[in-house]
Amino acid sequence: MHVTLEVWRQPGPDTAGRFVTYPVDDVSPDMSFLELFDVLNEQLIKAGDEPIAFDHDCREGICGSCSMMINGRAHGPERGTATCQLHMRKFSDGAHITVEPWRAAAFPVIKDLCVDRAAFDRIIEAGGYITAPTGGARDANEILVPKSAADAAMDAAACIGCGACVAACPNGAAQLFTSAKIQHLNLLPQGQPERWERVINMVDEMERWFGSCTNHGECEAACPKDISLDFIALMNRDYVKAQFKQRRLAGQRR
Amino acid sequence: MTDPLLEAKIPPGPIAGKWDEHKFAVKLVNPANRRKFKIVVVGSGLAGASAAATLGELGYEVTMITFHDSPRRAHSIAAQGGINAAKNYRNDGDSIYRLFYDTVKGGDYRSREANVYRLAQLSVNIIDQCVAQGVPFAREYGGLLDNRSFGGAQVSRTFYARGQTGQQLLLGAYQALMRQVHLGNVRLYPRTEMLDLVVHEGRAVGVVTRDLITGDVTSHAGHAVVLATGGYGNVFYLSTNAKNSNVTAIWRAHRRGALMANPCYTQIHPTCIPASDDFQSKLTLMSESLRNDGRIWVPQRPGDERPADQIPENDRDYFLERRYPAFGNLVPRDVASRAAKREVDAEHGVGPLRNGVYLDFSEPISRLGRDVIEERYGNLFQMYERITGEDPYVVPMRIYPAVHYTMGGLWVDYNLMSTIPGLYVLGEANFSDHGANRLGASALMQGLADGYYVLPATISDYLAPLLGTDPCPTDHQVFADAEAEVGERVRALLSAKGTHSVDHFHRELGKILWEDCGMERSEASLEKALAEIPALREEFHKNVRVLGDGESLNQSLEKAGRVADFLEFGELMCRDALHREESCGGHFRVEHQTEDGEALRDDEHFAYVAAWEYTGDDANPRLHREPLEFEAAHLAQRSYK
Repeated sequence: MHVTLEVWRQPGPDTAGRFVTYPVDDVSPDMSFLELFDVLNEQLIKAGDEPIAFDHDCREGICGSCSMMINGRAHGPERGTATCQLHMRKFSDGAHITVEPWRAAAFPVIKDLCVDRAAFDRIIEAGGYITAPTGGARDANEILVPKSAADAAMDAAACIGCGACVAACPNGAAQLFTSAKIQHLNLLPQGQPERWERVINMVDEMERWFGSCTNHGECEAACPKDISLDFIALMNRDYVKAQFKQRRLAGQRR
Repeated sequence: MTDPLLEAKIPPGPIAGKWDEHKFAVKLVNPANRRKFKIVVVGSGLAGASAAATLGELGYEVTMITFHDSPRRAHSIAAQGGINAAKNYRNDGDSIYRLFYDTVKGGDYRSREANVYRLAQLSVNIIDQCVAQGVPFAREYGGLLDNRSFGGAQVSRTFYARGQTGQQLLLGAYQALMRQVHLGNVRLYPRTEMLDLVVHEGRAVGVVTRDLITGDVTSHAGHAVVLATGGYGNVFYLSTNAKNSNVTAIWRAHRRGALMANPCYTQIHPTCIPASDDFQSKLTLMSESLRNDGRIWVPQRPGDERPADQIPENDRDYFLERRYPAFGNLVPRDVASRAAKREVDAEHGVGPLRNGVYLDFSEPISRLGRDVIEERYGNLFQMYERITGEDPYVVPMRIYPAVHYTMGGLWVDYNLMSTIPGLYVLGEANFSDHGANRLGASALMQGLADGYYVLPATISDYLAPLLGTDPCPTDHQVFADAEAEVGERVRALLSAKGTHSVDHFHRELGKILWEDCGMERSEASLEKALAEIPALREEFHKNVRVLGDGESLNQSLEKAGRVADFLEFGELMCRDALHREESCGGHFRVEHQTEDGEALRDDEHFAYVAAWEYTGDDANPRLHREPLEFEAAHLAQRSYK
C-alpha cells in the first residue's frame, strides 16, 4: 500500500504548528497505525529530520497513552478501537490521512502529537477513589456484590483514560470520562458511603478544566472501550440527588 | 557458606510463623514521627503505586517519580488474566501451603522459600484490600467472587476482572495513590525519568531524574529510595512489555553497587500472537486464562498446509494433552513454551510464516455455547481479531511463545532491601519470589504484596535509627557529581551524530539475545552473544543518530539512554546464563536436559541465587552466591505428567 500522511508538527507548547505532508510507500495492511509511524520516523531519522513525537506505550489498547485524531476522528475510523489497535487494512491503498493531536483546551499540546492530560488526574484526585487504607479490609466475600452491579461497574471501569471523549466533543467536555470513573464506584456497595460527596467533588473539578456537555454523543462514538452515554445520565442523576443529600448531611453536622 | 554481602535476614522458626515473628522483631517508627521521613518511590505500577499510597497513609512524606504522563499508565495495566489467592473459596483443597508449594515448584526450586510462603499468606489480604477499594472482580449470581484456573495449579484460585485484571488492580492502587496526592502526603512527578541512583557513605540517599518535557536534570533526596520499575523483557526488543519498559533504573542502581540476581531467568509466555513481519514493534500476549478452555494442537503431518477446519481430528496432535495428561493444556508457561517451540522446529507450525500453533475453541464453543466463551474471553477474542484480521470464534487462534516477564532483578533480602542500605526494590524489578519461572497470575500478587504489605512493614526497621537526621541535601557534592554524570551521558548520546537510529541497534541486540539467550541457550550460543554484544555496544556509541536537543521532549533521546543500558545489561544476562550449567524453569540449557527433553536441574551445584557485582566497565562482574535451602518444600524433579 501507499499512503500520504498529513501530520501536525509543533516544536513546543508555545510555538506555532503546521501540517507537514509525508508520503509513505510499502505499507503493509498488517501494520498497526503506530507501526506506520515507526516506519515513517525511521525514514525521517535517516533523512536527518527530527522524528514525530507521539505518546504510546502498551500498544495493546489498554494503557490509554496513544492519542491521535485521524481524519478528524479520535483514534480513527474503526469503532471501539484505540489508535495502537488500528491496522492499515482499514485504509485503502493511496489513502490520504490527516493526523492531529487531541484538540481540547484542557489538553495543551506538548510537542507534535503529544498532549498534556494531567487534568484527568486532578479529577481522580478530587474524589475518584474509595477511602480504604491498606489493612482494614474484611474478608472479600463478606461484601456481596450482585453480578449485575459488578458487571455494570466493570463496564464503566473499562475506561482507559485516553481522552478521546474530550477530543471528539465539540465542547471539549469530559462528561464521559468523569461519569465512567464516578459510576464505577457509585454502582458498587463499597462506593456508597462516599457516593454523594464523590459526585459533587469530581463534577466540580471537571468543570474547572473542561467544557460543558450539550448531549452531542460524539464521546460515546469515539470511545475505544465503548463506554455508554448512560453513565452520563447516571452521573447527572447522582449529581442532582447529591445536592439534596449533601444539604441534609451538612445540616446534621452543624 | 553465606556470602557476607548476601545476608538474607530470613527469620528463624517454622515457615508459617516467620512473617509474624519478623513483624514483631522489626523496629517501628511511631505515627507522629513518620512525617519526618522522606521516601522516594520510583515507578507507579502495582508495586510502586501500592507502596506509595500505603506509605502515604502511614504518614511518611513520599515522592513519586514516574516517566508516564499519569501513574495509571504503568505497564501493570496490561496484565490480563488474574491474580492468585489462597482463599479456597472453591472448596477444592487450596490452602496457603498449597499456593506456596505450587509457586516454589513452578519456579523450579530456585526461589527463596520464606519469601514465597509470605507471598502466599499475603495473597489472602490482597483480595480483601482490592475488593474494599472497589475493584470490580467477576462475581457469581449470588454476589460472591468468581474464580478461574491458571497454569501450574490444579485448583481454581485466580480472581479476575474480565480480561483486564491488571488494569483494575492498578486503577485501585492508582486511586489510593491519588487520594494521598490530594491529601499532600505524596508529591507526584509525572513525565520524570530516573537516570541515576545517588549513594552517599554507603547508603542510598536519592535519585537523579530528567524532566522529559524540559530536559532539566535534577535530584530528589530521601531517607530511603524504593525502586518499583518493572522488568527488563524489552532487552529482547520484541516482547509483550510496553514499549517504554526498560532496565535503566535497576541497571543504574546495579552500577552503584546493588547486586543483580539471576538476570538469565526470563519468562517466555506460550500464548502470544506470532510475529508477522519486520516492522513488528512489539508482541501481543493472549492471556493464559485462554488455556482454561482452548485446546492447543498442530497438524500431525509436518508441513500440512490445509486450513484448520479441513484437518480431521485424527490428523491433529494435541501435544500438551498427549505429553502431560495430568495438567494438559494448563502446564506451566516454560513447559508449554518449549513444547510449542519443539513442534514449530519440527515443521508442524501453522500460519503464513509457519511460526505458530493452534489454540482452538471450537470444542468449548459447541459444548458451552458461544455466549459463555464470549463472556469469559470476549475482549481477548476482539483484540486477536483486530490484530490478525481473523475471527477466533470461527478460525482457531494462532499462538507462539514470546518474552513476557523477567524473574531476575536486583537482589533483595527478606525486607526487600538491596545490597545498598536504604535502597528497596519491589515487584518485577527484584528477583525474589518466582525462582526460575513464574506461574500465571502471580505477578500481580507479588507486586501488590510487596507494595501494600511487605515494604510498609519492613521499611521502619531501616528508618527508625535515622530519626532526627535530615536527608542528604540535594545541593551536596554527591548529588552535583551524579547530575553532572547524567548530563554528560545525555550530551554524549546527542553528539554521536552517527548514521543509525536507536531502534536499529535495539533490534540488533534483540536478535542476538532471542537467538542465543532465548528459549534455549547453549555454551556456544552464549559465547557467541558475549562476543557480539560488546561490539554492538561500541558501534552504538560511535554511530547512533539522536536528532533534536536535550532541552525539550525528545523520545529518541529517552530511547537511546535505555538502549545504552540494555546493551550493558544484555551482556550480564548472557554471562549469567553461561555460568548456570543446568536447566531450570525459563533457563533451558540444551546441554542439560532429560531423555524426553525436559529441563534437568543440578541441585547439587546450582541450588543458589547468582548475584552479580559490578566491578567496572572493563572488568568482569563478580559472582556472589546465596545458597537456597528447602525445608518446607522438598526438592524434587518437576513433573506435570
